[in-house]
Amino acid sequence: MRLAFRRWGQAADPLLFFVMVTTLFPLALSPEMSRLRDVAPGVLWVAALLSSLLAADTLLKADAQDGTLEQYVLSGQPLTLLLLVKTAAHWFLTGLPLVLVSPLVAIALGAPGSSLGTIMIALTLGTWTLSLLGAIGAALTIGVRRGSLLLSLLVLPLAMPVLIFGARSAELAIAGIDATASIYLLVSLLVMAITLAPLTAAAAVRIALD
Amino acid sequence: MWTWFNKLASPPHFYRLAGTLAPWFGWIAGALIIAGLYGGLVLAPADYQQGDAFRIIYVHAPSAWMSLFIYVVMALSAAIGFIWRMKLAHAVAAASAPIGASFTLATLVTGALWGQPMWGTWWAWDPRLTSELILLFLYIGYMALRASMDDLQRADRASAVLAIVGLVNVPIIHYSVVWWNSLHQVSSVTRLGKPTISTSMLVPLLVMFLAFTLYYVAVLLVRVRAEVLRRERNAGWVRELVHA
Repeated sequence: MRLAFRRWGQAADPLLFFVMVTTLFPLALSPEMSRLRDVAPGVLWVAALLSSLLAADTLLKADAQDGTLEQYVLSGQPLTLLLLVKTAAHWFLTGLPLVLVSPLVAIALGAPGSSLGTIMIALTLGTWTLSLLGAIGAALTIGVRRGSLLLSLLVLPLAMPVLIFGARSAELAIAGIDATASIYLLVSLLVMAITLAPLTAAAAVRIALD
Repeated sequence: MWTWFNKLASPPHFYRLAGTLAPWFGWIAGALIIAGLYGGLVLAPADYQQGDAFRIIYVHAPSAWMSLFIYVVMALSAAIGFIWRMKLAHAVAAASAPIGASFTLATLVTGALWGQPMWGTWWAWDPRLTSELILLFLYIGYMALRASMDDLQRADRASAVLAIVGLVNVPIIHYSVVWWNSLHQVSSVTRLGKPTISTSMLVPLLVMFLAFTLYYVAVLLVRVRAEVLRRERNAGWVRELVHA
């Protein structure tokens, strides 16, 4: 993780991407707040999904190229745990900044102040789930030509439940309705992803290094 | 039983057996399709609400059934190949994917053709339609991952992982889409209340279900034969086969 801090660009890219994509929508639709407020949940979550895909591409690429992954496999430590920790660290660098910036973006899109807490909680849960799903995709596409495009093709269908419930919770929060149910569903998705995704990613890494 | 199973899994034996069985499945499927279509298009009465347009159900519903069935077959055989390192199971999974994707596409197209006169729209963001579309994406992702790797073994194992992940995800995706739509309450398309289907309509439908399944088996056998030949092209028995 400390190493990743030295390469600020990599961590900042998804964040910048998120902010820019959300800026595009007012320009493309209309600057009217009432209209923006209607599309704000969708814009926030689609932008978060896309930027997490962008981030997933960098998750394992460098490690696969310089042989760190092989060292992981040979180290005798459980690969599943190593990948879980790696994904968590990656989320701290790419997901967490996005969550921290999201209130600014949400306000700019016309979301009321009372909804910000829910939006941030939902994004925290959602982006972490997306990071874990991205880890599966990244592990499957190690060393593949046109890997990044393929990665999105593989991960997007799997990410749809997150998008649905995430956007739903934001929509409810902006409307001033209690969004606990959607949050619970996001939590359950996250729990499933934490338990199953590192296992799957570890299997995929082993295949790639066979 | 295990010896029989092991024998079945050996490529030369499977190649011969599949060659014998494929025409049988094919001809029976063909006969059943003709019978089912005759029963569905000619014998069955027109629906009192939908008129003759409902008859597309005889292609649409079996295709939808096949699109799901083939995904399960594909994922299970990929899992068998992954766990027991059975080459033939991987060949079955690889051969199934394009067939399943075609049936999924057929379901979407016939559904659109049906929706146009019935609902007045080609496409609605209905849960079932959306899940089917996502299923198509899963098939495409699977085939794309397979195509992107040159090393056959790696492609087999990596795509097997993806197929299993997809199998776990299909129910989650389906239910999240169902809840998403029922929460939104925007769908103006109300499903036509299905009247309990009469026997004269149901029998041809069941025949078509059976026919499509047998057709899949026939096509699968032919495709797996080709796949086995491709994979074993350097093996002795293939060379003998070519020179014989």
